[in-house]
Amino acid sequence: MENWSLVSICVLFGLTARWAVSLNSYSGAGKPPMFGDYEAQRHWQEVTYNLPVHEWYFNTTDNNLNYWGLDYPPLTAYHSLLCAHLINPDWVELHASRGHESYGHKLFMRATVLVADLLIYIPAVVLYSFYLSEGSNKKKVFLCILLYPGLILIDYGHFQYNSISLGLALWGVVVLGLGWDVLGSLAFVLSLNYKQMELYHSLPFFCYLLGKCFKQGLAGRGLFLLVKIAVTVLVTFALCWLPFLSDPGQILQVVHRLFPVGRGLFEDKVANTWCSLNVLIKIKTILSTDTQLYFSLTTTLLAILPSSIKLLMKPTLWQFKLALVNSSLAFFLFSFQVHEKSILLPALPVCLLLNDLPLPAIWFLQASTFSMLPLFLKDGLLVPYVVTSLAFLFFSIYLLSAFEHCSEDKLRLGPYRRLLICIVRRYGYLSNCINKDHFYFSITAMAGLSFMSVALAPPDQLPDLFPLLVSVFSYLHFLGLLLYFNIVQIAEPLQSVRKNQKKSN
Amino acid sequence: MCYLYVELQSVISIPPRLIHRGQASVYDTGCVMATPRADDWSWFPALALGVSFLKCILINAYHSTDFEVHRNWLAITHSLPVSKWYHENTSEWTLDYPPLFAWFEYSLSHVAQHFDKEMLVVQNLIYTSPATILFQRLSVIVTDIVFIYAVKECCRSVREEKGSKDLLGHPFFILAALLLWNFGLLIVDHIHFQYNGFLFGILLLSVARHLQVLYFMTLFLVEQGRHLEGALLFTVLLNLKHIYLYIAPAYGIFLLRSYCFTKDNTDGSVRWSSFSPVRLVALGSIVISVGALSFGPFIAMGQLPQVLSRLFPFKRGLCHAYWAPNVWALYNMVDKALSVLGVRLKLLDVAKLPKASMTGGLVQEFQHSILPSVSPSITLICTLLSIMVMLSIWCRPRGARGFLRCLVVCALGSFMFGWHVHEKAILMAILPFSILAVESREDAGIFLMLTTTGHYSLFPLLFTAAELPIKVLLMLLFTLYSFTSLKKLFRGSLLNPLETTYLLGLVAVEILCEVVYPLSPWQHTLPFVPLLVTSVYCSLGVSYSFIRLYVSLLRQHGTDKHKQL
Repeated sequence: MENWSLVSICVLFGLTARWAVSLNSYSGAGKPPMFGDYEAQRHWQEVTYNLPVHEWYFNTTDNNLNYWGLDYPPLTAYHSLLCAHLINPDWVELHASRGHESYGHKLFMRATVLVADLLIYIPAVVLYSFYLSEGSNKKKVFLCILLYPGLILIDYGHFQYNSISLGLALWGVVVLGLGWDVLGSLAFVLSLNYKQMELYHSLPFFCYLLGKCFKQGLAGRGLFLLVKIAVTVLVTFALCWLPFLSDPGQILQVVHRLFPVGRGLFEDKVANTWCSLNVLIKIKTILSTDTQLYFSLTTTLLAILPSSIKLLMKPTLWQFKLALVNSSLAFFLFSFQVHEKSILLPALPVCLLLNDLPLPAIWFLQASTFSMLPLFLKDGLLVPYVVTSLAFLFFSIYLLSAFEHCSEDKLRLGPYRRLLICIVRRYGYLSNCINKDHFYFSITAMAGLSFMSVALAPPDQLPDLFPLLVSVFSYLHFLGLLLYFNIVQIAEPLQSVRKNQKKSN
Repeated sequence: MCYLYVELQSVISIPPRLIHRGQASVYDTGCVMATPRADDWSWFPALALGVSFLKCILINAYHSTDFEVHRNWLAITHSLPVSKWYHENTSEWTLDYPPLFAWFEYSLSHVAQHFDKEMLVVQNLIYTSPATILFQRLSVIVTDIVFIYAVKECCRSVREEKGSKDLLGHPFFILAALLLWNFGLLIVDHIHFQYNGFLFGILLLSVARHLQVLYFMTLFLVEQGRHLEGALLFTVLLNLKHIYLYIAPAYGIFLLRSYCFTKDNTDGSVRWSSFSPVRLVALGSIVISVGALSFGPFIAMGQLPQVLSRLFPFKRGLCHAYWAPNVWALYNMVDKALSVLGVRLKLLDVAKLPKASMTGGLVQEFQHSILPSVSPSITLICTLLSIMVMLSIWCRPRGARGFLRCLVVCALGSFMFGWHVHEKAILMAILPFSILAVESREDAGIFLMLTTTGHYSLFPLLFTAAELPIKVLLMLLFTLYSFTSLKKLFRGSLLNPLETTYLLGLVAVEILCEVVYPLSPWQHTLPFVPLLVTSVYCSLGVSYSFIRLYVSLLRQHGTDKHKQL
């Protein structure tokens, strides 16, 4: 069958799954007074539609920042404004529309997500799968990336617009992979200006581009490239922030809103180091907020340093993808004020590794979906969570024949073995950890924990028992895989022998 | 004596396993029933599981009143004695399926009580707790296993003429995808809510049994075991849902001709002396025993008239609220057009015309103003005339494929001319026709016309805004797949420009009816126009496919006969 029809069929299937999920409930449905993220997005439309730009980020009589105040960068605000212009004015009436919920409104909100996805994320995935992934199973990789349940459930169930920020970042990766460095940095800056969490990805972008400049020679063409990129970044930033540039107070206020350091090391249960460590040591009470901030900053920097340096020295697409995983995962695990949904940021580059490292990637993606289980349960998304997870697991393992790619060489651990063979011969066999049995064991445990979270009532003295177990269990996966991805990235020899996995341009 | 022995042995039948073993050695050239190696079937569970996941994800989608209908039946069969099943009328949705289906609901209700006991209370009208929804939806998805199995059996019985190395271009794969991912079945069963999946599963299984017979003609002993199995399955099906009576004539004639007469003359006509009373008795006893099992208790209780009055409510009108795209839709339209024209030309008096709200939303009689009214007996005569062509398999039986073609004509004929036909009945023609479509180029063309229009005519079933994207996406998915895969299978375009234009017109109709018209001022004054346009436009396509199918049946295909020999 022709390529285009298969691609269209995959896209249609992905869209069907997305819309089917969106028929379910959303976060905070019918839960006054605060509702949830759905209401937050609606409220931003209300604020941006009715108030002048300079009031958007300030606490005024018409803009109560304690009630879902705008805390995303300007592009999100513009997007809300655009959406608000398309709809029934009653839905965004100042004050009066607060907590508005209706069949038509839900339909509209869901449709905006679908449109954004269709315009930004899906084309990027198409381009990535067909131009930057190798081998015969491009279509299969494409379908698997489209079916990643975490993103579908958060965007179409819980309700957010991650497909925009992640899609723009993916556009950045794709365009950089195709060799257009300026356009790539443009796309990434846009993504950063849509959601500040994209900072998790920023260091690899920076190192990749800088490394490329170094490679071309900082005295000659490299410098020119560097200047071009720097100008692009600055101009794009300036354009995005244009309405706020007139007054430094505005800029400071927006920045203050974007990085709310006062909210503590972590909220709720999140599968990162601090929350898991909190089980043993109550860090939140022992350390002051400032110490927590510096502490987390230091650990994050330490965790991302090796992969960034390696990328700087060897700016290839393969290294870039791995560095994106390593950096965003390190941020997720160690940085300050992390939300459980931020796992989608590492999940995006892991999706890009589905073709090269199927089993670890599938494992990670499944664990990431699982780590958001408490959130899904709160939003009433149990059925779509179960169905999409099972479907993703089944299809990705079947289509990518994941278990046939478990040898040490396929897991790209050969160089690591050679590196360590004389030092720690006994512990060097990391590939032994990533195999079919362990995978099934972990999946079974996830299924068991999911079942317990749904069916059993927690003991009275430990009301958060199951969410905590889910978090810690996922955290162990993330930590192990962070180690693995770092090893794969760092152990790759600097002088590349294998050309097949590098840039295709 | 020896003859009788052979007969008896054939009636007793030999297990199907032996047949599969035997066939490879019997045929090694020509139309080998190429059952692929077992390891080639790994794609089948993937295809089946994929669609099952899709069904599961639709659990929370909109469901129609049929959901409440089946919940009510669960409650009736669970909480009332058998004698009251067909008398109970607390809910307006009384039990109007044959007894075997009632027993099916009865057995489901035993599982249902572990989900939510409240749904089994007759007085709990329109009861839709999350557990009830989950249970009912899952019951449809799980019973679809019958359908999945039947599809696999159908795939096994497909002739493979063009050996394609590419899995996606393989007839088995295409047939499995066309059946498992059938758009109509998905939206009717898993959104609208009905149990067609497992019923069609039984039908396809029965068809597959007849098709498989074809290949074992020379294995004289095992030939008939499958016929009887097929007949048994169909009888069970009839006792589950009596709408399948539409295609019963095809079964009757085929079994009588090809099973009860064991030999043909050299010109293909029937050899009367070869009539086998044993076989007729075997067939008859199957039909009667299943019927007795199903209706027996009610006959014993003297409730047969009551049951029958529930099964055949003739008080309904010629057309359903939404006109199924058949001849009567065109007839009504012509009548309406004539009356409007008559009023314009001052030939008619407006006051004398009957006040008929066309597709108002209620099941009601539609009074024709110019053309003569249609009575049930007229539709019956028309239907019978339209399926007379089946007698051609009496004169020249063209094997099981001829039978399958007759079955489709029969289903489509009753759809075209029947009394109070539902649009969903089109599936009865589309699903069996899929098997023919992957075998012949001409059939593939007709199939594309019929499925695309037939499926589009199901759109009004889902009228809620939230399900609009789902139905459009699924329709596009299925249509795109059927076009590209069949085109690839037969290496070339299957439709002529006129047909293509007509099908593209469906896009225009959809945009007009669901996007443009609701925004126009006529939406409030003439709300029925989109339904009317849809059904009239689709009825053109369905009628066209019917005529082409009819012609293809009449035309003497040498191919089938040739292959049969």
